[in-house]
Amino acid sequence: MQNYLLSISIWTPIVLGLVLLCSNQTSQRFSRYFALSAGLISFGVTWPIAMRFDLQSQLFQFQEFFHWILPYRINYHLGVDGFSVPLILLTSFMTLLVIFSTQKSDIKNLPHYHAAFLIMSGLMIGVFCALDAILYYIFWEAMLIPMFLIIGIWGGPNRIYATIKFFLYTVLGSLLMLVAFIYLYLNTGSFSIFDFYQLPIALPAQILIFLSFFMAFAVKIPMWPVHTWLPDAHVEAPTAGSVILAAIMLKLGGYSFLRFAMPIAPDATWLLKPIIIALSLIAIVYIALIALVQKDMKKLIAYSSISHMGFVTLGIFMLSPLAVEGGYMQMISHGFISAALFFCVGIIYDQTHTRQIDQYGGVINSMPFFAAFAVFFAMANSGLPGTSGFVGEFMVIMGAMKEGFWIAFIAALTLLFGAAYSLWMVKRVFYGTPLNKTMESLKDIDSIQWLTLGSLAILILVVGLFPSIITDFTNVTVDSFIHLMNRSKLPIL
Amino acid sequence: MMNLAININALIPEIIIATSAMLVLLLGLFVKDKNNHLIYGVSQITLLLAAMLVAHSGFGPTYRVFNDMHIIDPAGNFLKLLSFIATSFVFLYSRSYLRKKQLLNGEYFSLTLFALLGIMLMISGANLLMIYLGLELLSLSLYALIALNRDNLDATEAAMKYFVLGALASGLMLYGMSMIYGLTGSLDLQVIATHLAEMNLDPSIMAFGLVFIVVGIAFKFGAVPFQMWVPDIYHGAALPMTMMISSMPKFASVALAARLLFQGLEPLAVDWQQMLLIMAILSMILGNITAIAQDNIKRMLAYSTISHVGFMFFGMMSGTINGLSSTFFYVACYALMTLAAFGAIITLSQKNKDFDQLNDYKGLSQRNPMMALMIMIIMLSLAGIPPTIGFYAKFSVLQSAIEVGMVWPAVIAVLMALIGMFYYLRIIKLMYFDSPSSLQKIHFSGDLLFILGINSFSLILLGLSPKLLMSLAALAVGLSF
Repeated sequence: MQNYLLSISIWTPIVLGLVLLCSNQTSQRFSRYFALSAGLISFGVTWPIAMRFDLQSQLFQFQEFFHWILPYRINYHLGVDGFSVPLILLTSFMTLLVIFSTQKSDIKNLPHYHAAFLIMSGLMIGVFCALDAILYYIFWEAMLIPMFLIIGIWGGPNRIYATIKFFLYTVLGSLLMLVAFIYLYLNTGSFSIFDFYQLPIALPAQILIFLSFFMAFAVKIPMWPVHTWLPDAHVEAPTAGSVILAAIMLKLGGYSFLRFAMPIAPDATWLLKPIIIALSLIAIVYIALIALVQKDMKKLIAYSSISHMGFVTLGIFMLSPLAVEGGYMQMISHGFISAALFFCVGIIYDQTHTRQIDQYGGVINSMPFFAAFAVFFAMANSGLPGTSGFVGEFMVIMGAMKEGFWIAFIAALTLLFGAAYSLWMVKRVFYGTPLNKTMESLKDIDSIQWLTLGSLAILILVVGLFPSIITDFTNVTVDSFIHLMNRSKLPIL
Repeated sequence: MMNLAININALIPEIIIATSAMLVLLLGLFVKDKNNHLIYGVSQITLLLAAMLVAHSGFGPTYRVFNDMHIIDPAGNFLKLLSFIATSFVFLYSRSYLRKKQLLNGEYFSLTLFALLGIMLMISGANLLMIYLGLELLSLSLYALIALNRDNLDATEAAMKYFVLGALASGLMLYGMSMIYGLTGSLDLQVIATHLAEMNLDPSIMAFGLVFIVVGIAFKFGAVPFQMWVPDIYHGAALPMTMMISSMPKFASVALAARLLFQGLEPLAVDWQQMLLIMAILSMILGNITAIAQDNIKRMLAYSTISHVGFMFFGMMSGTINGLSSTFFYVACYALMTLAAFGAIITLSQKNKDFDQLNDYKGLSQRNPMMALMIMIIMLSLAGIPPTIGFYAKFSVLQSAIEVGMVWPAVIAVLMALIGMFYYLRIIKLMYFDSPSSLQKIHFSGDLLFILGINSFSLILLGLSPKLLMSLAALAVGLSF
């Protein structure tokens, strides 16, 4: 039985985005409403995936299968499991939010800007759905083009350097992944990931395959030491670009580890696990320390993202159900929190045109509601119990405890450092006496911003208080993932 | 023995092209037609007619005519059809540009058709002599075409350079052929192949002959270290000539390599595989890295061609049918992309100024968003980023190389492709991220835009369903080799 839920979710935003791109942009009002309704529709069509998803099934659901490029047996094969569904919803929701939040802004070429986000959203959903390696690869690469343009056209002063660095860094990794895919294809005769899962591979080959996947995904996440593109990209990207980058693009790396690198090369994963855990811990601690000394708010949040994504890799590479689930939880939670923080920086930057922390002070006097939101998000970022930030970190630390006390200890340091850099930033920016005239004349958030930040705050709280709405999706999938991971793929001699 | 009637039938496409080449020359001289609509029309109709005939024989049986001099096979028909399409596009793009430069005359069409005839003879050559004759016909027409712009110093210089170096390469190739002939006593590729495989021949002479032939092939492709002529000639020649040199003769080069290496010298595969591998890697490295330093888009595309040639060699290097068919697919994609790239430059070029400096492209998205979008698609395709056709071209070549265990060369190839992305992205950067140096309006005709639109969007459409072209290439090669 085929229904086309996934194809609809992928192609609706892309088609609407293309229409918006090509439409005659004489009427500003019209194209704004069009973009907003396109975002709403795209969000709407992803809902049935979650609603009709069978939580108890281990299989991939809503599968669609067509032969596409026959000579190479490349198929248009889609399907979702518990790892994909929450991320698909996150993607379509964030895209809607981004379009909504820029409704009234005076960004040049706004329809094109919205179109880029819509197209990108479809492509990212495609990445989460693809069950054929080449289809996946095509979505994965194609997604870079809109982001490249978003940073390059609408970014800050140093945008060109940042966007080219972003592009080349990411492509470097993915090209090696392509070589790995071709290698696997030649051994299985198809590009289906199910066949990849079944293929026995000798250990040296597994290690090379794992490393080439690792290059692709570690850059995306990003893990230390291939993270350096991220602060540049974030600082130069426009607010909405940063939001999507942090909330979804980074998740693609984590998701792809779970979907490709680890189940395809399980023995190599077990072998290299200590190294990855070490890298994650370095990211968690060292990057948090770097975040502590940042003078630029966006850079601080960018480094905080890397540090939090270290938790994700730590969790999923611990290979125990609790930790993997925690790592996944952390991905979702980080999607909300980092997006909220980038929105906050964007809101305040639009008024003051500076992101330097020392240029601020006493913002709370003129923007009390905004300050309330910002403080809440900063708290969530540092892992306040009751917010979603806490759940993931707690689960990962629990998982780490089983692995070894010191791993858990080092990981837990982030609660300390996270609180330090988040709250210190809040203190310097929001509290104290107003620094100058600009600080006194700031306008508080309007209704659009209220709604944007409010919805994120609610989501952070809901996920924090009822984590089961996410874990219900992932429970079964995590079990089958662990099952895949505990099965050696070494050829039987 | 075949009878004469069948012989003539098999050559009708060639005869049509030859007749039309001469007819167009006469028409150009004697018919007063200011805009040359007539000769243009005649040339295009000829192409269509020949294409229909070739398509009709399509994937039919392979057979040889004229005492085994000329071979009709699916692979040849595939390449011939592509050459017709490319020639037709060249005419479409070049017409208004050449008219502006007052170069649009009977000689242009005639020489182009003669070049095409040379290409067809090379594609169908089953005998060293025929291949050489086709090669010379092609080369001499191209020298003359470049020199057609005789008042232009750069063009004359380019023609001279091309002639001297081309003659040298032809000489080297001929020398290699003579050695092979001396060894095997035959000019027929089939006979050569059997003799090389069966007889116990002197390996040093065999190696000598092979090296010279491979050098000749590499020169015609423009592969490193025989690439010196490429940038200068791309730069010096007028835009339509550059477009022609970069597209049509590549089919002939692929055919040349396929016939000589995969048919005639197949028993020596182990030797030429290594040579091709080294040249492929060097071409990718040099082409991609040097292209970064260019500020003229024609020169940049010249170096980009060198890197693409590296990929074509990479496909043939595997020595398998799969590798050859990936090269066929690659050359088809490459021709489409390069036609579009030069087509875009021609479209944008003004009467007194070519649009060939990289800085001309600054802020193009603000001056003309449609053009900028199309050039972006072309650049992404050249860079090999999905969902464009350029990705599948690289993909199939890499696949064929990894199949024969060349994993590490494939890794070098993808790293070089990564470096290559930088300079393609730079064009996008100039168009989209920089502000224009002048807001002066760019004039161009609507029909050029239309052709370019078809050409560049075909890069995406074919990218979404590459099955057709891929299968055709695989089938053509599979049936013939």
